[in-house]
Amino acid sequence: MATTEEIQSGLAEILEEVAGVLPADATPEKSFTEDLDVDSLSMVEIATAVEDKFGVAIPDDELANIRTVGDAISFIEKNQS
Amino acid sequence: MSDIVVTGLGATTPLGGDVASTWAALLEGRSGVVPLDDEWAAQMLVRIVARLAVEPTDHLDRVQARRLDRCQQMALLAAREAWADAGSPDVDPERLAVVVGTGVGGARTMLGQDDVLEERGPGRVSPLTVPMLMPNGPAATVGLELHARAGVHTPVSACASGSEGISLALDLLRAGRADVVVAGGAEACIHPLPMAGFARMRAMSTRNDDPERASRPWDKGRDGFVLGEGAGLLVLERAESAKARGAHIYAILAGAGVTNDSFDMVLPQPEGKLAASAIRLALRDAGIDAAEIGHVNAHATSTPTGDIAEAGAILTALGDGAAVAGTKSMTGHMLGAAGAVESIFTILALRDQIVPGTQNLDDLDDDPRVHALDIVRGASRKTTLRAAVNDAFGFGGHNVALVFTAA
Repeated sequence: MATTEEIQSGLAEILEEVAGVLPADATPEKSFTEDLDVDSLSMVEIATAVEDKFGVAIPDDELANIRTVGDAISFIEKNQS
Repeated sequence: MSDIVVTGLGATTPLGGDVASTWAALLEGRSGVVPLDDEWAAQMLVRIVARLAVEPTDHLDRVQARRLDRCQQMALLAAREAWADAGSPDVDPERLAVVVGTGVGGARTMLGQDDVLEERGPGRVSPLTVPMLMPNGPAATVGLELHARAGVHTPVSACASGSEGISLALDLLRAGRADVVVAGGAEACIHPLPMAGFARMRAMSTRNDDPERASRPWDKGRDGFVLGEGAGLLVLERAESAKARGAHIYAILAGAGVTNDSFDMVLPQPEGKLAASAIRLALRDAGIDAAEIGHVNAHATSTPTGDIAEAGAILTALGDGAAVAGTKSMTGHMLGAAGAVESIFTILALRDQIVPGTQNLDDLDDDPRVHALDIVRGASRKTTLRAAVNDAFGFGGHNVALVFTAA
């Protein structure tokens, strides 16, 4: 089980790789689309990378509810096995 | 009718990462053909290619690059160079058009994602697959970069695509549908599947032990083309607007001729009848006589049949007075980018009054049509040029001839 800090830093790595988001900018309150300029195709890539890294499944309807970095962190925390 | 002029050039090729380095290498007779050293190459019949001299990803933002197929990356770099070279024209986006031809578009992405599909299932296929594989991807990439809103087009006519792009740009400008057009071609399909397919057609040279000598147009020992990759783009506009903004004018795109053999899917009509017609139509369109053409940058891919048919076409349409060059002897065959990059060579030949030498032409083919031509062999030749032709032909029977005249 990854800790919150591990999830946050793992997610930041993915955001940097896929969308060029600087790790310092990937803070919980940030919105993917409005603050970090992540488009819908990149969100799908990020979701896939999160699934691979944290062993969670993110159904499409759940992905639509993940709006901020914090939403993603809580989703992973709740669903990681 | 207003002249259509060339005001900007951009390219990335097996000879160089830009127009200047490519042209310098070409005039020196350097080869861009190298051994194919990828892991998958060992099992291939053909193990030589003409790869880009400069990796596009070295000159692109990493995140932008990962969203673009290699052919789109190349088109973007060529477009940036051409646009800057033209002095970044201040044009209303709704009067700016883009035409980028390609033979196969994002084939590497399609094939790579098919591997992902087979190995990891549909849920792991990249959401970027479609925008990266679609043939209009290079044109759309350039359109986005330059905010071109007068129309973004993609002619697909195999190895004539780049030239057809330039001919379409000429039409758009003459018809008044755009004030500036960025036009050319891009191709990146060095991958086992296209290579195996071409090799199975016996279309490619298997001179694996001597890469630099493998592409040898009109030579008796030629045994097929060498697969290359690259992109070339021109900035085209009407002469008045170019002059009004004080732009440097490289040359005039004086005319285009487009025909189709409709003879065989892949073999050229042996006498090059319709290829000759394309050249004649381009001359008529340009309003100049055959005798005025001082230079032909030939399609000359180094295949046994194609080189002879083209020699016949040139002889029929122009006679024996033009200095002919087969520059694929150095660049390899960039397929859908070939006509565009070779148009750039034709334009620079007019600017510098020099014809590049055809390399590896040690033993001229016995065909009398080849003997009748004035093929420049070995070293480049200084000469006086007023007008020149670029030929491009493609599987499917496509013939495109473009006439450029000195500025």
